[in-house]
Amino acid sequence: MSKTLYEKIWNNHVIIEEEHKPSIIYIDLHLVHEVTSPQAFEGLRLANRKVRRPDLTVATIDHNVPTKDRFNIKDPISKQQIDALSRNCKEFGVKLYDLHDVDQGVVHVMGPELGLTHPGKTIVCGDSHTSTHGAFGALAFGIGTSEVEHVLATQCLHQAKSKTMEVRITGELKPGLTAKDIILGIIAEHGTDFATGYVIEYTGEVISNLTMEERMTICNMSIEAGARAGLIAPDETTFEYLKGREYAPTGADFEQAVQQWNELRSDEGAVYDKCIQFDAAALVPQVTWGTSPGMGTDVDKVVPDPAAFTTENERKAAEKALEYMGLAPNTKMTDIKIDRVFIGSCTNGRIEDLRAAAKVVKGYHVSSHVNAMVVPGSGRVKIQAEKEGLDKIFIDAGFEWRDAGCSMCLAMNPDYLEPGERCASTSNRNFEGRQGRDGRTHLVSPAMAASAAIKGKFVDVRNWDFL
Amino acid sequence: MEAFKQHKGLVAPVDRVNVDTDAIIPKQFLKRIERTGFGQYLFYEWRFTLDGKVKEDFSLNQNKYEGASILVSRANFGCGSSREHAPWAILDYGFKVVIAPSFADIFYNNCFKNGILPIVLSEEEVETLFQATAKQDGYALHIDLEQKIISDNAGLQIQFDLDEHRRQYLLQGLDDIALTLKYEEKIAAYEKQQPAI
Repeated sequence: MSKTLYEKIWNNHVIIEEEHKPSIIYIDLHLVHEVTSPQAFEGLRLANRKVRRPDLTVATIDHNVPTKDRFNIKDPISKQQIDALSRNCKEFGVKLYDLHDVDQGVVHVMGPELGLTHPGKTIVCGDSHTSTHGAFGALAFGIGTSEVEHVLATQCLHQAKSKTMEVRITGELKPGLTAKDIILGIIAEHGTDFATGYVIEYTGEVISNLTMEERMTICNMSIEAGARAGLIAPDETTFEYLKGREYAPTGADFEQAVQQWNELRSDEGAVYDKCIQFDAAALVPQVTWGTSPGMGTDVDKVVPDPAAFTTENERKAAEKALEYMGLAPNTKMTDIKIDRVFIGSCTNGRIEDLRAAAKVVKGYHVSSHVNAMVVPGSGRVKIQAEKEGLDKIFIDAGFEWRDAGCSMCLAMNPDYLEPGERCASTSNRNFEGRQGRDGRTHLVSPAMAASAAIKGKFVDVRNWDFL
Repeated sequence: MEAFKQHKGLVAPVDRVNVDTDAIIPKQFLKRIERTGFGQYLFYEWRFTLDGKVKEDFSLNQNKYEGASILVSRANFGCGSSREHAPWAILDYGFKVVIAPSFADIFYNNCFKNGILPIVLSEEEVETLFQATAKQDGYALHIDLEQKIISDNAGLQIQFDLDEHRRQYLLQGLDDIALTLKYEEKIAAYEKQQPAI
């Protein structure tokens, strides 16, 4: 019988399957960071349990890390959390990429970079953006701390089988449009819970033509659609990306792996529980105006009027969002002035994202009233960018060039918005307070964030005059 | 984990759609390395002003909802970050039950791991509860997990649906890890045929 990619990976990992119960599935890779793991390790200690497979467990420090003067962690509670991870990794024998390591970075940036993410693997992490790794055709999803403890102890997880959804992207992506605009556009059209209970598989020629970095951006924000995970079938682009990476198979093993990976695609005639289409040809650069990733629109449109929403709950939500965002209905998106720019995160902190932003920035200077910063997603991204001279382009233009970490995506470290500050951000969530209390976040692509930094307000990057 | 069979308690409303886990527990409070003590930070930025004063207009700050143990809210409750600190904060504040028309996946799952019962009702049924909490001070519900019935003193009775395995999990207060470790042989057999990374 024809199977979807999801069903194939699922079947390969089921250990126990009983009717009316969640299955027990095996986890091939467990990524760990400092915020969602201390209570899990403590649970192991209290129950006198070990980490079952330290060899399948990899840790890094990302959420709390200062991106400037990184070894000087002033917040004692942040320091305590970082120290706890170091201690736990040592005690339980888990490999840790710490602040001294060149491979340290945002867990969903450094994992794929190291070649840890392979097609067909099951991957979990106590972090909702684990969906990123689905770009390789791996079944990857975020879990809570109790489940982190469960995977540490058993290398397994109780999991009910998800429903499957195909999101087929049709048309052709026009210049100036990016993977970020695709995923923001899909969520703006269908809402932040249209995929709850589903694993999404993104298909279509547009997807096949994307680079791995772009595919990761799309899968990353699957969680913002409510999905359990996002998937893209592996292909030559995937194999090419993996070849030669530290944890990728080598030589004959690699060739054999590619043969197996080639099987990981939905069979012809495989049936999804739901299918939707999204037309990339009609896409315009996206900017969010509200406090949920679904509250987004085209850059050439206006802030919507809450009165235009059909249900009372939507109307109330839009009113609250506009009040929080300090925006009046019908304001042109291109009239919205910004104070801060953040380029980085597990959504858009990879080398290609920095290249796209640098291309826009080159020859210009950041607007006098804007404070802009670039935070590479990992130590490796930083080194590569510096090799290419991107750091110089950013610094010459007046950007701050920082060290790797989650930084102002969630503002657990010293990078955050002051109350009322408005930010063009390449991250994934515009929730109230996400980037700092009473801070106002607009989600955009790296090119849109870069152009906003230069002009001090949102501009349509399709009309950008590249110098 | 403590078993959950019956619960009676006061109902408090949070009338918003898409309540995200950043709102439930803002990130500045995620740095603790314990599971306890998060209740004081629940909905922190909705409960307190920038200078730490109580926001009187937020529902949980109103006297009539003091001591509530059942939270009722709108669709897609618990969306966003996977932080289990969200259910820890909800539980530590005193809530044992959350009722909404829909929940985000990871949050929903995290509730069961902490002995919190999340109940999905229709939009109309949830609206009825919102109206009841607005009209009547001290509005309470009785939740019977064995029968899967919600009732109040005025004769309201709603049958709710819940996956049988999850129901048993709460009724018996089960420990997942111990359950899984019973299958040690099968896990070991599976591992034998898998290559290491």
